Amino acid sequence: MEGFWTRVLLRLWVALILVFLFTPIVLIFLYAFNTSNIQSWPIPGLTLKWFSATIDDADIRSSLALSLQVGLIATAVALVLGSCAAFAIHRMTWFGKEVVSLMFVLPLALPGIITGISLNAFFSFGGVQLSTLTIIVGHTTFCIVVVYNNVLARLRRTQGSLVEAAMDLGANGFQVFRDITLPLIATAVVAGAMLAFALSFDEVIVTTFTAGAQNTLPLWIFGAIRLGQRLPEVNVVVSFVILVTIIPVVIAARLTGGGGAARVPAAR
Amino acid sequence: MLDVVRRPRRKGGGAVPFSALFWRLPGLRSLLLLTPPLAWFVVIYFASLVLLLITAFWTIDPFTAQIIQVWNTDNFARIIQEPAYRDIIGRTLLLAALVTLTDALLAFPFAYYMARIASRRMQTFLFAAVLLPLWASYLARVYAWILILNHSGVLNWSLQSIGLPPANIGYTNVAMWVVFSYIWLPFMIVPAYAALERVPESLLEAAGDLGARRWRAVRDVVLPLALPGVVAGSIFTFSLTLGDYITPVLVGGAGSTFIGNVVFNNIGIANNIPFAAALSMVPVAIMAVYLVVAYRLGAFEAM
Repeated sequence: MEGFWTRVLLRLWVALILVFLFTPIVLIFLYAFNTSNIQSWPIPGLTLKWFSATIDDADIRSSLALSLQVGLIATAVALVLGSCAAFAIHRMTWFGKEVVSLMFVLPLALPGIITGISLNAFFSFGGVQLSTLTIIVGHTTFCIVVVYNNVLARLRRTQGSLVEAAMDLGANGFQVFRDITLPLIATAVVAGAMLAFALSFDEVIVTTFTAGAQNTLPLWIFGAIRLGQRLPEVNVVVSFVILVTIIPVVIAARLTGGGGAARVPAAR
Repeated sequence: MLDVVRRPRRKGGGAVPFSALFWRLPGLRSLLLLTPPLAWFVVIYFASLVLLLITAFWTIDPFTAQIIQVWNTDNFARIIQEPAYRDIIGRTLLLAALVTLTDALLAFPFAYYMARIASRRMQTFLFAAVLLPLWASYLARVYAWILILNHSGVLNWSLQSIGLPPANIGYTNVAMWVVFSYIWLPFMIVPAYAALERVPESLLEAAGDLGARRWRAVRDVVLPLALPGVVAGSIFTFSLTLGDYITPVLVGGAGSTFIGNVVFNNIGIANNIPFAAALSMVPVAIMAVYLVVAYRLGAFEAM
């Protein structure tokens, strides 16, 4: 075992890192209640007025609606395509398996800017107007990877003998899927969907390259911070986004025992 | 004999021949399942990447801003010859390396405590404490640092209250270093922890039996075994910093332009997609080399 002082020092280190990790997040929540519209520390008092100002803001509401729309559609499409990919790769034995599986993780392995700019070049070359649809296509591409990773990880831990046993007992393909496979992988599929939505809801890099005139919530935040405008509302919106991304992740972590959320999301 | 081969007929038994077919020919099932996602990736994503590569070898007419589809290497020549681009690439690389090193130093003792000293409950708690900031909105966390580092922010207030002069690091490269290190730290802790957890305690005991002091055992036994995990984490910290352009815009200053910023400006304002494409090949090439080295160091098994 480590000596006494080593343990004390390590404990201190862990405490400091935790303070480092959480101070900015706690501060954001505090600033959302700031009475002043000047963002300086210490804040003079607490108020709820920026919450109602944010809810009344038509720009913010429409950006939120777009983010929800994009996130839900991208997640739904990714759910189907990502699960299909995971099932296929899991069963594949031929040599192309490595290549195909590498291809499915590429959107997370390459910097987000590469995915963004290549989709932008693709759309502009193909004469496709940037719109809500192009945002959805961009988001779906990296959401597929998240679902794929989660479902594949679960399939690898699932015993094939269960399926064989069910078939020996006379179950047909559909029955095996409904009664055996689906219950075994359901939580991984849901976890994958949760993480995909969280990723989509917060995504900004790919979105800047695939959005036309429309604003998702992160694009609205990015614009407002860059111009230094409407910062009181930004505080509120940003706190809200933290909550919206955290809640699905907590659910996903519960469903997969922490493993799913730890499969690092590098689509930024 | 025939009875064995013939499958029992049941209601809705139409599916039986199909599933039997899939069972005997798993390749067919895989193919059917694989086609839709693969089509998406090939038609949209892969075509985009290939198009990007091709576009990098085109140029635009400086007067009409139309793309001229003639194969040439002018864009690459421009990137190599103009000192401004060399500076930008150098700055991006340097900062990515610095952030990676910082995160490795910050993360290792944390991960070590998590994996080897913390109780089971403490482990779960710390794991959650690392995952929460990892998933909490990227923009929110960058923005929080603007509030902390600005002239009348928490940092200067804290410095003042302990009698130190204010530090004006807002909107500088130092600010970028702090913010990047903060944002990607969880990406380093998770794989480092995973690698450290897999080092069996018995190896350390063996080292101790052979007369090694604890520090020596950590240095000569744990560190080499945990290295793949740290390298796996470094892939994220390095690649994510290399491709970022949001943080330089928000917390950087006049001399903080990154590769990503030039790429973005050439897409939006200058509308020179070929040049943007050529420049974006720089991080791709760097990452390709980095990944090969990481693979050799066994980082992929540690992920």
